[in-house]
Amino acid sequence: MTQPRAPRVLLAVWGGAVLVFLLLPILLILPISFSAGTFLSYPLPGLSLRWYRVIAEPFPWVFAFKNSLVVGVAATILSVVLGTMAAYGVTTAAFRFRTAVVVLLLSPMVVPVVISGLGIYFFLNRAGLLGSYTGLVIAHTALGIPFVVATVGATLQGFDRTLIRAAESLGGRPHAAFFDITLPIIMPGVVSGAIFAFVTSFDEVVVALFVSSPETLTLPRQLFSGLRDQVTPALVAIATVLIALSIALMMTVEYLRKRAARLSASTAQ
Amino acid sequence: MTFMDNAILQASRTPTAGESAQYDRGDLVRFVDVEKTYDGSTIVVNRLNLAVRRGEFLTLLGPSGSGKTTCLMMLAGFEAPSGGDILLDGRSLKNVPPYSRGIGVVFQNYALFPHMTIAENVAYPLRQRKQSRAEIDRRVGEALGMIELAHLADRRPAQLSGGQQQRVALARAIVFEPDLVLMDEPLGALDRRLREQMQLEIRRLHATLRNTVVYVTHDQGEALTMSDRVAVFNRGRIEQVASPEEIYERPATAFVANFIGNNNAIPAVVREFSATSCKVELRGGHRVQAAATRTFAAGEAVLLSIRPELIEVDGRVAAMNTLAGEIRDITYYGDHALVHCICAGDVIVNARIGIHRKRSLERGSKVRLSWRPEDGRAFEIEAGK
Repeated sequence: MTQPRAPRVLLAVWGGAVLVFLLLPILLILPISFSAGTFLSYPLPGLSLRWYRVIAEPFPWVFAFKNSLVVGVAATILSVVLGTMAAYGVTTAAFRFRTAVVVLLLSPMVVPVVISGLGIYFFLNRAGLLGSYTGLVIAHTALGIPFVVATVGATLQGFDRTLIRAAESLGGRPHAAFFDITLPIIMPGVVSGAIFAFVTSFDEVVVALFVSSPETLTLPRQLFSGLRDQVTPALVAIATVLIALSIALMMTVEYLRKRAARLSASTAQ
Repeated sequence: MTFMDNAILQASRTPTAGESAQYDRGDLVRFVDVEKTYDGSTIVVNRLNLAVRRGEFLTLLGPSGSGKTTCLMMLAGFEAPSGGDILLDGRSLKNVPPYSRGIGVVFQNYALFPHMTIAENVAYPLRQRKQSRAEIDRRVGEALGMIELAHLADRRPAQLSGGQQQRVALARAIVFEPDLVLMDEPLGALDRRLREQMQLEIRRLHATLRNTVVYVTHDQGEALTMSDRVAVFNRGRIEQVASPEEIYERPATAFVANFIGNNNAIPAVVREFSATSCKVELRGGHRVQAAATRTFAAGEAVLLSIRPELIEVDGRVAAMNTLAGEIRDITYYGDHALVHCICAGDVIVNARIGIHRKRSLERGSKVRLSWRPEDGRAFEIEAGK
């Protein structure tokens, strides 16, 4: 049962065109990070790793990278703890305005970041946290929580609550049942949520523009100012590193998603 | 026909004062006037009284929605009664959370922890009780040996068949040696052969461990073969609690008679009544003797209930109740057949015959149905139903 030839060829051409459209700009710019020259242009005057050496200098790139890492990890941990608790609450408990609470929890995903950023700016200013790590972590946690709520919530949908009853009947107190049974089973959702939360913080530029200071300069923020001040292949080198990092993270997410599907299939059986 | 009768005859019996009296040392569990409603208006369990004797295998039997599973869940602690109280060993279970009750529960869908091995699943209740590593290993080994799955200790639940998973669930529920084990339709998901095998296995475990089992099922065959006593549930109440023989041979209400086994329910009117027996008149004026399930007045409408297997077709024995009829149809069941006769004008009576008799009978044959007077039981018809 083979399909007629013409539609298949057409589909391949169309699919290829979409891929080229999506990837070409990125693929075209990446080689420039290996340029020996100082301009973002072709033809390359020669190949060198000089821009990778530049971004390996302590300041500003490694400094900004470290800041991003610290803020990202802290915001991720907070998002995961709060987001998992929120997701567990809204999927387990029956209460009035449940849907409203879910929408509220997910709203940072859809509210324009500039609006969130402005709100966070005023809030942190009032709280005296503007320009501090704490302030930035709080801001990024707020942006990261919805991703955790969404992924953990989705995993909890397929979670068989009889397992909790079973654990309790066997002498497991509620917290033991959560850590022994629920958490290991929903772990793929938690980890996916964590990765999304981390990427959100690590890529975040708008809120960082509002609330970061020279001491808490993050990588995207530094990239952004770099674009304004002096455009060099160092930016492309940074971008290349970030793309590699993102690909690695996304592959992890995909792997976990497949594993979760396998696990829940075996539970259902 | 049975369905119609079930709908029409919702006979219910309030437990007598003696049954709901004070605590008896032989009782492990008592339900005292237990009520359950989820929404405040629909009553799922209705002022229910029930005693579970220490060491017995008690089955809660009833159609879906009759409240039997809700009762089990209240006993396990997953649901709270809306009224009344449940006593375990004479102590109220109010405010006792499930994890402190020490009751083993076997769930219909097994509820094995998918991320743990079989051995880890069985070890879970022991780990919660902070037993030593060596003690846990010993008892897990013992429990897995008892269900003959020791060789699968390191597998995960998903790698086991349904029957094996259910045996693991059993082992997990008994490994911490609870006095009381609850089972919620544990064999519902298994095919017939496996189910019969598991029934034997559960009986064997109960005989070995001498614990108390409360078993929920809607399968009457399962209830009759496994239980010491059966409690028949209907609409949130218990119709009868008795041994399987008693339930089957001397059902207390028309509901029990119809729910368990096949049954003929023939409308009749009481003509004479004396202590335990009565003479009833069928439509068309034919009169037969029957056992009375309570006091009847002459002229009262009743239902005459007779098991199809207790009716003889063209039997030779005299001095029995007899009824002339004509065969409408014969249904073949493999090991037996049911003859559907039309009698007394418009009543259909089913009689069970051996398969060798099927050859001599055919549609349209005139037959004589007969049964012993005590095998026909007269039940009251509940008003308004």
